[in-house]
Amino acid sequence: MLTAQWLYGMSGCLIAALGLRTALLHACLLHRLIGINLTGAGVFMVLIAVAYRGAGMPPDPVPHALVLTGIVVAVSATALALALARRLTAEQIND
Amino acid sequence: MSDTSLLVLDGLLVISLVTLAWTALAGSDARRSVILFMAFGLVLAAAWVRLLAPDVALAEAAIGAGLAGALLLAAVREQSRQPLPARIVSKRSHNKPGVNIALQWAVSVLCAVLAGTLAWALAHALNSAPQNALPRAVSANLEASGVSNPVTAVLLNFRAYDTLLELAVLLTAVLGIFALGPARPGYQSAGPVFDGLARWLVPVLILTAGYLLWVGAHAPGGAFQAGATLAAASVVLRLAGRHQIGLPQGPALRVVMAAGVGMFVLVGLGLLVAGRPFLGYPPPWAGGLILMIESAATLAIAATLVLAFLGGQPRPLAVRVARGRIAATPIPTGKPVSPEGIRSTEPHAAEACHRIQETQKRC
Repeated sequence: MLTAQWLYGMSGCLIAALGLRTALLHACLLHRLIGINLTGAGVFMVLIAVAYRGAGMPPDPVPHALVLTGIVVAVSATALALALARRLTAEQIND
Repeated sequence: MSDTSLLVLDGLLVISLVTLAWTALAGSDARRSVILFMAFGLVLAAAWVRLLAPDVALAEAAIGAGLAGALLLAAVREQSRQPLPARIVSKRSHNKPGVNIALQWAVSVLCAVLAGTLAWALAHALNSAPQNALPRAVSANLEASGVSNPVTAVLLNFRAYDTLLELAVLLTAVLGIFALGPARPGYQSAGPVFDGLARWLVPVLILTAGYLLWVGAHAPGGAFQAGATLAAASVVLRLAGRHQIGLPQGPALRVVMAAGVGMFVLVGLGLLVAGRPFLGYPPPWAGGLILMIESAATLAIAATLVLAFLGGQPRPLAVRVARGRIAATPIPTGKPVSPEGIRSTEPHAAEACHRIQETQKRC
């Protein structure tokens, strides 16, 4: 049990909750997207904290690979969401 | 470094992360939030170097902070320019602010419960003895994986299915973007300073991408970091007002987009024909096969990320030779974009956010 794991893991939980709250409540779509991305970042922090084994010890590579996959999936979801938002705005202006 | 100074570093990083996340989420100025989000990504990358996860740190800096930030900034820019019909603007005065208080409280409690559950799970994981079965299995089989970087071994060998499906997710996202509309209009030509910077930066980025791809086999790096760096080179060219940004055209573009998934599936099927399990590389060949898949994946990831930044299918280019130089310009389709429209002064980004709110409230 290491202090660093607690510090990064617990702040990851906090950031995930803050991001989720904004994603559900904010009126602006861009803020909602940033909120979803921060929720993901918080969960990644928890995973990387669990993988840490202390200075001088090799960390667990499996959560690292999971987080790498997660980062790429998050950016593709963000790109698709932005394209959807753009189309939505265009439709509403053309009405 | 001593334990105390490490603790100070941890404290500083954690406080900056929470503060940046909080300030990025608060407020209504979209551009400010995006920039704070990018700063958050960079500090997060530093935190991951501290936690001995350099592969993830590279990906976070290049993709999470860099390209996601570029995507969001491009969206803010476009929204702050969109002309809004007067009938929508006139509704603004009737709008009541915010969601109702009861709902806000309910959602806050829900989020607090979720954070508590996550923290409880984390505490449970940290208080019990660390699960060493998977890391042991990775280090025991690292010799046979064809690479010596354990993260690359997990991504491209032990859990290759994950990465194959991840590339399929990327491809699906870009097909969705194509279905939703055409690419955004380009940028005006940059001034001499940015143009000079681009000329200097683009070759360095391409070289760095090649290095990251190669070095991923035995040190931090790999296809995702390399692909993101290559995409950054194209984004810089696009921002400098170039029309040719290194994307192939027509059928070649489709081949590059599908290259990652295609190469993965071809290698898998080839192995099946040779009597091995799907993506079960024979150890002597593993290194070469992984490099082959990673090279194709780098090109596919770079193309996908650039297309995401363009926001749609790029318009075909008309190539002409003038005064001994090759010049390419998009063939105009539909409404031409007036240069006045591009040069007009930008309304404030908060205005942009307001405008989206207005348009959303109408549905």
